[in-house]
Amino acid sequence: MDSAFTASSSAVGEAPTSGEHRMGTTIVGVCYNGGVILGADSRTSTGTIRFLLDLHVLWDVLALPWVDSAWGTGNSVADLGMYVANRASDKITSLTDNVYVCRSGSAADTQVISDYVRYFLHQHTIQLGQPATVKVAANLIRLLAYQNKNMLQAGMIVGGWDKYEGGQIFSVPLGGTILKQSFAIGGSGSSYLYALLDHEWRDGMSQEEAEKFVVKAVSLAMARDGASGGVVRTVTINADGVTKNFYPGNKLPLWHEELEPHNSLLDILAGGSPDPMVQ
Amino acid sequence: MASDTGASYGSTLRYKSVERIKAVGKHSLIGASGEFSDFQEILRYLDELTLSDHMWDDGNSLGPKEIHSYLTRVMYNRRNKFDPLWNSLVLGGVKKGPKGEEKYLGMVSMIGTHFEENHIATGFGNHLAIPILRAEWREDMTFEEAVKLVEKCLLVLLYRDRSSINKFQIAKITTEGATIYPPYSLKTYWGFSHFENPAQGAVGSW
Repeated sequence: MDSAFTASSSAVGEAPTSGEHRMGTTIVGVCYNGGVILGADSRTSTGTIRFLLDLHVLWDVLALPWVDSAWGTGNSVADLGMYVANRASDKITSLTDNVYVCRSGSAADTQVISDYVRYFLHQHTIQLGQPATVKVAANLIRLLAYQNKNMLQAGMIVGGWDKYEGGQIFSVPLGGTILKQSFAIGGSGSSYLYALLDHEWRDGMSQEEAEKFVVKAVSLAMARDGASGGVVRTVTINADGVTKNFYPGNKLPLWHEELEPHNSLLDILAGGSPDPMVQ
Repeated sequence: MASDTGASYGSTLRYKSVERIKAVGKHSLIGASGEFSDFQEILRYLDELTLSDHMWDDGNSLGPKEIHSYLTRVMYNRRNKFDPLWNSLVLGGVKKGPKGEEKYLGMVSMIGTHFEENHIATGFGNHLAIPILRAEWREDMTFEEAVKLVEKCLLVLLYRDRSSINKFQIAKITTEGATIYPPYSLKTYWGFSHFENPAQGAVGSW
């Protein structure tokens, strides 16, 4: 089953492209034995973006801030997101005390959706007389995403804890599908994580293992995805409440071909360094 | 009715364990391909429909013919508004009618085309599975024979449809009710000597 259809040609004499477009950012949500951990990078990019919408119409949108940048696959069109508008944004937003959402796609769209859903959930909590369930929060996100699918570019991962079902993660990707999963990934950086998750995901991890895993995943994606970067933020939600963590870019592990950072070359030379590459 | 359990996002196989066949009321099964969010919405409409049907509390319940008709109207009206639900729906069921047990199998497309037939397929299935079914389907098959036939089609589709995956679900509907079996995988065959050495004797590997 395809959730994106193939455009046979596009307007304005562009090369034929597929209708698929992804969102910048890397967002992750995992369930562990006791609750959920949500993780995300912190890069917000701006710039020109071109993407193919329904009915083969090519839209040019200028200087819109994106939670990350978008572009089309196989689409040699223009650049997207070149300037990092915010290198330390917080993409994990609270909907209630016990439910948070990871946002990817258009920054504006996801902010407005979060605000609406927070507003609805607040009223719902008052009427209900107890905290809202994760399922209700996720379905409110889904309603907005589905009913406005032609106008929104928002991929979200809803995660939280309630007393009925414990920790739950719901994925709400571009079209407004809702899927309950034991782990979810989203955003453009997620392409680089499918293999990692397939290989290393296990059910029922401890909180510490799950946290380490989320940080590892997001930081690996940041290493390869131009639209992801900055710091890794995580939010842990369980019966005891919410814990937020912050892993600055300079504290993340180094991956392939990345080097130990220094203050200056001079420090390296001063330390009796190995011979320079060229004399 | 059988389907695989994959949902792709363009060429990426994004979700590997998605249920694409669901029971509707007591007498029907619905299977879908296409946009998954639209299928979820259709399931909600069907929930409303079956709920009001149940609330009548009149001893009647909607059968597959009625559900098929309802879905046809929904799909065709959306098509007329140039805002289709982007799905191919397969509707199957069994209900006791005046002439005894009546089996029903039909499909509705995203533009409202609908028909009833003994074998239905969506997507690539139309090209690869229907010819097999036309040759080998018989009116008086047992459940086991039907499963074997459907698995033959699923295997061909697995080999030749790029978006299919090796994880399937088979569902059955009888007068006793609906049964959706747990997901499973099929063994694939790669043992042709030609596969091992396709370019024997040729220059280059083709």
